[in-house]
Amino acid sequence: MREDVERVADVGLDEPIKKLTPERIEKTVNHVLDNECAARLKVYLDTCVRCGLCAEACHTYLSRDKDPMFAPVSKVKNTIWELVKRKGKVDGEFIRNMAQIAFTECGACRRCSMYCPFGIDISYLIMTARRICALLDVVPQYLQDTTNSHAATSNQMWVQQDEWIDTLQWQEEDALLEIPTARIPLEKEGADIMYSVIAPEPKILAQLLGNIAIIMRVAGLDWTMPATDGWDNSNMAMYSGDFEIMGRVERLHWETAARLKVKKIVMGECGHAFRGAVYDGPRWLGWQFPPIQMVHAIEFYYDLISTGKIKIKQKIKEHVTVQDPCNTVRGRGLGDKLRYIIDATCEKFTDMAPNQEHNYCCAAGGGVINCGPPWKRSRMISNRIKAEQIERTGADIVITPCHNCHSGIEDIIGHYKLGKHVKFISEILMETMEIPDEMRGEGA
Amino acid sequence: MVGENWDWEPNKKQVTDLEIIRKKYSRVDELIVSPNGEKIAAPVKVDGGFSAFYNEDVWPETSELLWNLRFTPEGRLYGLARIDDQWTVIVDGTPWKERFEYVWSPKIAANGKSLGLIYKREDAYGIVIDDKPWENGFLAIRDYCLSPDGKNSAATVQMEALAEADIEHFARGVWSVAVNGSAWDKKFINAWSPIFNSDGSKVAAEMRSTMYEYSIAVNGEVWPVNYGCVWAPLFRPGTDSVLTPARDAGKWILTENGSPVWDKKFNQLWHVVFSPDGKKIAAVASEEFGRWTIVVDGKPWKKSWSDFVDKPVFSSDGNRVAVIIKDKNRWTIAVDGQAWSQDFDMIWDPVFSADSQHIVAKAELNGKYCAVIDGKSSGFYDQLWEPLFSPDGKNVLLKFVENNVYCRQVIPLSQL
Amino acid sequence: MYEFSRGPLVWIAFAVFFGGSLYRIISTIIQSKKDKVVLPYMKWKFSLRSIMHWIMPLGSVNMRMRPAFTIFSFLFHICLLATPLLTLGHVVLFKESWGFDWWTLPAGLSTVMTLFVICGGILFGLRRIADPTVRLVSSFSDFVLLAIVLGPFITGLLAYFQVFEYQTIIILHMWSGALWLCVVPFTRMVHMIMFPLTRGYMGCEFGYVRNARDW
Repeated sequence: MREDVERVADVGLDEPIKKLTPERIEKTVNHVLDNECAARLKVYLDTCVRCGLCAEACHTYLSRDKDPMFAPVSKVKNTIWELVKRKGKVDGEFIRNMAQIAFTECGACRRCSMYCPFGIDISYLIMTARRICALLDVVPQYLQDTTNSHAATSNQMWVQQDEWIDTLQWQEEDALLEIPTARIPLEKEGADIMYSVIAPEPKILAQLLGNIAIIMRVAGLDWTMPATDGWDNSNMAMYSGDFEIMGRVERLHWETAARLKVKKIVMGECGHAFRGAVYDGPRWLGWQFPPIQMVHAIEFYYDLISTGKIKIKQKIKEHVTVQDPCNTVRGRGLGDKLRYIIDATCEKFTDMAPNQEHNYCCAAGGGVINCGPPWKRSRMISNRIKAEQIERTGADIVITPCHNCHSGIEDIIGHYKLGKHVKFISEILMETMEIPDEMRGEGA
Repeated sequence: MVGENWDWEPNKKQVTDLEIIRKKYSRVDELIVSPNGEKIAAPVKVDGGFSAFYNEDVWPETSELLWNLRFTPEGRLYGLARIDDQWTVIVDGTPWKERFEYVWSPKIAANGKSLGLIYKREDAYGIVIDDKPWENGFLAIRDYCLSPDGKNSAATVQMEALAEADIEHFARGVWSVAVNGSAWDKKFINAWSPIFNSDGSKVAAEMRSTMYEYSIAVNGEVWPVNYGCVWAPLFRPGTDSVLTPARDAGKWILTENGSPVWDKKFNQLWHVVFSPDGKKIAAVASEEFGRWTIVVDGKPWKKSWSDFVDKPVFSSDGNRVAVIIKDKNRWTIAVDGQAWSQDFDMIWDPVFSADSQHIVAKAELNGKYCAVIDGKSSGFYDQLWEPLFSPDGKNVLLKFVENNVYCRQVIPLSQL
Repeated sequence: MYEFSRGPLVWIAFAVFFGGSLYRIISTIIQSKKDKVVLPYMKWKFSLRSIMHWIMPLGSVNMRMRPAFTIFSFLFHICLLATPLLTLGHVVLFKESWGFDWWTLPAGLSTVMTLFVICGGILFGLRRIADPTVRLVSSFSDFVLLAIVLGPFITGLLAYFQVFEYQTIIILHMWSGALWLCVVPFTRMVHMIMFPLTRGYMGCEFGYVRNARDW
């Protein structure tokens, strides 16, 4: 059965299991089950009636011709159920298999919880499986490397502190070419907004930082960015199961905002970062809700457009559709605001079906894309349904207000040869936003 | 004592007309003022680049870029500058001799004078204090500290290069702590938050023994006990004894050299501080999920708050503790367990008078700023810097912008 | 034997059912406190909002995707709970013992509902075998549980129509009914008790915390 699922080589899984002893596995499993889990795990395991109604929710199940192995309930059965049943008396091979399921076949998107009549949080059960794998050091290599980067550098792409500041400074210089008074104010204590991003922005998508300098200037906002660690809002440790590093990263992010005396953090277009900063991070640290207001880019741009702080000069003419990121639409209910932005900036919009909270996962989030090149093929196979869904819209551009969705859908478009472009909202805004002439001429 | 030689005569001086400054320069960045309030400065755009204006003057030195302009506690003005495509520090208009590929993260030692930074030169990272860089560079530096006398520096340093995604090598440990450029013998998976003892002879840092075990290393020696997690350590003043919050069986405790200090365990515990005499300890703690308070010598305050509790501040006699709190999205100060009745859109750190009797803090309300003394706000300004008490505690120094003019005013406490 | 089944057995069954259910609810709440992040996020409004959507037939997207199965499943559960509560024979026993009674189903309808439960249960059993996903996650115990669920309905029907020896069948009916009650708190049938708790919690995680729908 499970043997039919392709086994992908990954040194992060293959090497550590050689060193695992049955005693260590048993001790670790029971530590997590007894000390780190309580009501939810027990109630969920007891309540599940094995009805299989969650299956149709999952993009991996649907994309793999309804292979029962990929139904959410099967993923739980092959991981946590067995661990509980066997009281942790399993071998390294079981743990390896569990890691493959938990890290690469589930994006923790929580769509299945909307299809379970009991609202069982299957993603939580899978995250518990990941936690056990992490404590046994069995984590896909590239995902672990990202967590290592968080631990060593407080950002997910080994960005050095000087690279970060330098990038902001040259992006400010670039923005000056567009608007002579554009700024990226660093370390401005008492600004209204701290803008935070994920590390791929300074590392490979630096123009997004220049874009935000222009958007902030046009909107006339008082904002800042830190010149210290704590600028990166992403958190792959949350997905690799290293909750201690997750907490450390989130604590620094929030304390950086508190140090800068800002009233809120506005974060760039990333979904998992929102989840880490608003839900998982604060909870692990002991906050019921984030200590300072966190505004996701979707909400931020919605506010700017709906209050007239930025005006749209001309809508883009290309046919667009939109991907609903799990962590901001299912995870924050921002679907309507997202569509408001699209209506304001795009002439022709066709929604995906299904959409909003019910949109399919991008198959990249939840740490899946961070499992890296070894798993790319599996990830592509696991999201044929997304390719078909995008194709059906007939759109030329897929708007993705999330870095994971962006990369994941770009991969899908390439793999299934869909011939479409993927864009962030900020890129759409740069094309459509009115920059007053006097602002372009300011200071020149 | 801070401010001993300053002008504490009650009066109001109009220091600089900012309207003139803004007309004179096409770009004026963030304004800063000197601790004594006598000077106001900012990076400005000048012909051929950037410089710093201060009051009516401007630094003669022009740089391609100038940022992070700040005053030291003793009132020297410094900034980070790019000159001829290389970075350096300009202090009171004079650039340091040393040039770097990059230099950042300035810190002032407890002596109020010594200025340290991280630098990068020829692909190696090091620490520079007062224009004197380390002789040895490292592959990377993340975190550093200065000894109280400003003579020594310690940093977390990367000792071995990692190939892309080499998780096995990472897990063997490639990080250490270097003091004045010499690294400890031991390498760790990670090292964070180095800190010196009072005389600068010892350094403690958080470290990771295994991927999921944490401990403290002091001068390279690791405590024999591991924890689920630890936060930044600190030395008991005047001793070599190290304290740190540590997560033990899912609960946070305060530990000293590996032994619990208090009986109580918490859901969270961080920002441990000593009173000025070193006799009392305060920290931020959460006893119940989602509720935050201050614990003093193991005894939590009765009241707790939901959103946020900042680092506690002791009065100079050590008998009082004040702290920034945020509850239901409103900011204020809590003193000895009681929150001020007025709340604000934002509030800055509480400052005690020398006799520990009064507290002043800068606060923001509806886009204006005010000084709040013992919970009562006074006049509002367009811009205000953190107020201070005179050494005798009779007067308050206010530094503010009013009608586009920067003013320095000493007001008797009785008039506020 | 009949006297024991008619008397102490009923008491034991109800005691186990109610006591066990209460125990499960209380222990879940205590465990939730240990979980820390459950109770602080629960709000009646959002719990009830979610529960309402899921106890209403076709109230969720998943139900609307499979209307026939949904209606069938709802009817099965309604018949399963309503039939024993509203069957004349049961109500008469209550009246005899405790002196109060309530409205009962016409005998014909009772029979039809019982038959629906039995057929429904068999269909659920067949679905367990036919649907690859459900088959994969099913074990022998799922079929045993189904048999326990159907037991009182089958024996009830046999007793009503006096098939086989009535005395034996009625005792079997009582014992299977008692078994039914006794296993609820301690098997997967606990979903009957847990539904409002799990649904209510998820309703809050989606609605109160995340401003989103979960149906």
